[in-house]
Amino acid sequence: MSYQGKFRVWRGDDSGGALEDFTVEVNEGEVVLDIIHRLQATQAPDLAVRWNCKAGKCGSCSAEINGRPRLLCMTRMSVFQESETITVTPMRTFPIIRDLVTDVSFNYTKAREVPSFAPPKDLAPGEYRMQQVDVERSQEFRKCIECFLCQNTCHVVRDHEENKEAFSGPRFLMRVAELEMHPLDTADRVDQAQDDHGLGYCNITKCCSEVCPEHIHITDNALIPMKERVADRKYDPVVWLGNKLFRRS
Amino acid sequence: MPELERHSFDVLVIGAGGAGLRAAIEAREHGLRTAVLCKSLFGKAHTVMAEGGIAAAMGNANESDNWQVHFRDTMRGGKFLNNWRMAELHAQEAPQRVWELETYGALFDRTKDGRISQRNFGGHEYPRLAHVGDRTGLELIRTLQQKIVSLQQDDFKEFGDYEERLRVFQEFTVTELAKDGDRISGAFGYWRESGRFVLFEAPAVILATGGIGKSFKVTSNSWEYTGDGHALAMRAGASLINMEFIQFHPTGMVWPPSVKGILVTESVRGDGGVLRNSDGKRFMFDYIPEVFKDKYADNEAEADRWYADQANNRRPPELLPRDEVARAINSEVKAGRGSPHGGVFLDVSTRLPAEEIRRRLPSMHHQFKELADVDITAQPMEVGPTCHYVMGGVEVDPDTGSSSVPGLFAAGEVSGGMHGSNRLGGNSLSDLLVFGRRAGAGAAEYVRALGDRPVVPEDTVTEARATALKPFQEEGGENPYTLHMELQQSMNDLVGIIRRAGEMEEALQRLEKLKERARSLTVEGHQQFNPGWHLALDLRNMLLVSECVAKAALLRTESRGGHTRDDHPVMDAEWRRKLLVCTTSDEGVRVEEKPQIPIRSDLLDLFERTELEKYLTAEELS
Ligand SMILES: Cc1cc2nc3c(=O)[nH]c(=O)nc-3n(C[C@H](O)[C@H](O)[C@H](O)COP(=O)(O)OP(=O)(O)OC[C@H]3O[C@@H](n4cnc5c(N)ncnc54)[C@H](O)[C@@H]3O)c2cc1C
Ligand code: SF4
Ligand code: SF4
Ligand code: FES
Repeated sequence: MSYQGKFRVWRGDDSGGALEDFTVEVNEGEVVLDIIHRLQATQAPDLAVRWNCKAGKCGSCSAEINGRPRLLCMTRMSVFQESETITVTPMRTFPIIRDLVTDVSFNYTKAREVPSFAPPKDLAPGEYRMQQVDVERSQEFRKCIECFLCQNTCHVVRDHEENKEAFSGPRFLMRVAELEMHPLDTADRVDQAQDDHGLGYCNITKCCSEVCPEHIHITDNALIPMKERVADRKYDPVVWLGNKLFRRS
Repeated sequence: MPELERHSFDVLVIGAGGAGLRAAIEAREHGLRTAVLCKSLFGKAHTVMAEGGIAAAMGNANESDNWQVHFRDTMRGGKFLNNWRMAELHAQEAPQRVWELETYGALFDRTKDGRISQRNFGGHEYPRLAHVGDRTGLELIRTLQQKIVSLQQDDFKEFGDYEERLRVFQEFTVTELAKDGDRISGAFGYWRESGRFVLFEAPAVILATGGIGKSFKVTSNSWEYTGDGHALAMRAGASLINMEFIQFHPTGMVWPPSVKGILVTESVRGDGGVLRNSDGKRFMFDYIPEVFKDKYADNEAEADRWYADQANNRRPPELLPRDEVARAINSEVKAGRGSPHGGVFLDVSTRLPAEEIRRRLPSMHHQFKELADVDITAQPMEVGPTCHYVMGGVEVDPDTGSSSVPGLFAAGEVSGGMHGSNRLGGNSLSDLLVFGRRAGAGAAEYVRALGDRPVVPEDTVTEARATALKPFQEEGGENPYTLHMELQQSMNDLVGIIRRAGEMEEALQRLEKLKERARSLTVEGHQQFNPGWHLALDLRNMLLVSECVAKAALLRTESRGGHTRDDHPVMDAEWRRKLLVCTTSDEGVRVEEKPQIPIRSDLLDLFERTELEKYLTAEELS
């Protein structure tokens, strides 16, 4: 069941690089990360790639396969034709370090700008009481494995370096929403989302939700509800339009 | 030679999994300047993969649960070889550590009355595992990561610098510890990204580097698990204990080949999943060992009633401790009653409604669908044993996590003793928090009490640099990937789940040859993010640790927990009183016997005498 697959892998560093062609064995049941590992073991020992769990749990192996942002470990070879040439490139939105490895420090900077959980002062550890239905909304967002594929995809920053300063991206706007919807968080997150994290830049195209490997409804369940909460305070034409388009009232 | 990057901290934590992060939080809360170092990105450590849950006797699901019951289960699981003081502290403190996570922002699944929900797991008498679906490790690591961020935000408010007292160095590998006389004085390593070397000066180092599973071929562990902390500790003069005990998790994926070894969480069985052989038989009923006969059901009817009524029925044998289940699966496959790809069937599809499976086991559902084309709500899974966890590790003082080397501490999977010969599911995550916190506090106390600060001798740096660069100097030597594959194959075949003296002797011979060949490893390319080079450096640690495992396993002539000898199949009470201690010097690895400290009498009183008779010698009982 093995065949020789054709691959083009981007190789280079911050000073430049190019696609390199490889022909490599592909076996039944394999994923793209297996092929990258085979390249390391047999043809390109210094090919740089990040990975840890090989099971879609850690969010390390993000890259672009035939131009689509994906996890290398969760992309099965069986979705491609044997004759197809498969192109693997690093995430485009972040600066290149080497080969498939990018500098994702933007995300850690943004994470640090979201004010942390503000627990109620009068509850001791062990006294927290929350209903399952009330924690479920934030739990959905906490499924995030921080693969940063949504951050990579969002057009607000994908080709717009200049927006990176003001816009935290879907992952961290969702983090704000997660805290806002946490049943016991005591801080007010609504103005923060708009003023400090650039929620206004988002025009709910849902591209982020489409690439999320955890299938989190980032736009529908985090971004739009946050926009609605902002709109309750200020008028935002995009929400108004969004409500019309998606018939949410 | 480029200028060496230098940093100075009070406490250096090596590892950013649950143990390392909890230790760092504690050291920082004691007011010390703390650094966390990790090989992967921040938030990607192994802990993120934990699925089933975290064990803590909070008594939310069954009021009869308390620390004494948890202590008993832990000791039984470890076949009484556990360091009883660690097992005691762990059982007592786990609930506080879990509740504390809620104050950091964690959102566990809830009971009807709004408390933290707890699920069943192998070896735990009551439903005890706090969980979030089957992604508990993700919740744990993200929560701790966010707590670190929150402490950094506090520093930003106070000092205008996020990193004033707590800094994370990610994608950084430590290759050597430094000492000033007998005392720890720092650590040396390289940035994975640039390959540049860095020296950290610090009077206290906490090892929280996790396990060693990458030395085995079929494993649930990632590339990080090369036993670095184990090896660093040994080279610094500390000792390891219990290295012969390796946990093979009974249920890893067996197909397709590329995912072989990836874990299938025990929650599948905790939530009702059953094991069947190719005849469709629930074979675990045939494998209930004598010591567990009164706790496990011997027929399907009773086992099935247990899920609804635990007070009046015994538990299903699928929930026996992991070592028992792994051996049973191994026997079934050997007897020719395995599944098409050499495992057995794990079925939850006929046990729970599809909707319920998707809700309780979302990531397993996803994993099988995406990686194996199997819909677990409609079909059984194929599973088999996979190398999962090392019980052995750095010998530490239970209360402070201190090793025998002043200034060197260890916590989490890299430490030894807590789990004895076999770890219960869910007891690792709680171990990380309980002993991570204690090591953080222990290191803080040590630094406080210290007079002069130890310094790093310059030749430590010169030597460490030379060792690290050696693979670039060689030409035409061995390929690290090839060597690694041979090591994995040897350990898997010869020091695996079932062991024999002859095979282990052969393993040791092969290890000698591999060590020899490893001296001439050659890597291509530059120092910048070069996985071949990284592997070459990790191999040194894997070889050292593998030698400890093989040597200790050969010496222990009995079967207990994660150490099964075909040639010595019974458990021997005399051996319970002995620990095997590994150290290294210029002459190589040494393994010596050391007497176990007798269990404190009030803790012994928690057990029935009839039960103790199964484990203790007549002399100890009198
Ligand atoms: C798939 C899977 C599922 C599991 N499920 C459960 C469960 O449900 N319940 C449970 O209790 N346990 C579970 N376990 C076990 C548990 O997850 C681990 O034992 C535990 O997470 C180990 O944590 P740790 O903090 O000791 O180390 P880790 O989380 O592994 O962290 C080790 C850290 O050390 C760093 N490091 C290592 N070497 C170096 C070096 N040389 N230089 C710098 N940094 C270094 C690594 O980069 C990493 O940050 C599971 C394990 C696996 C593999
Ligand atoms: S929905 Fe908003 S955040 Fe998501 S991709 Fe579109 S603009 Fe970006
Ligand atoms: S929200 Fe989804 S896509 Fe974005 S980082 Fe998290 S897991 Fe990745
Ligand atoms: S390696 Fe962990 S998500 Fe791909």
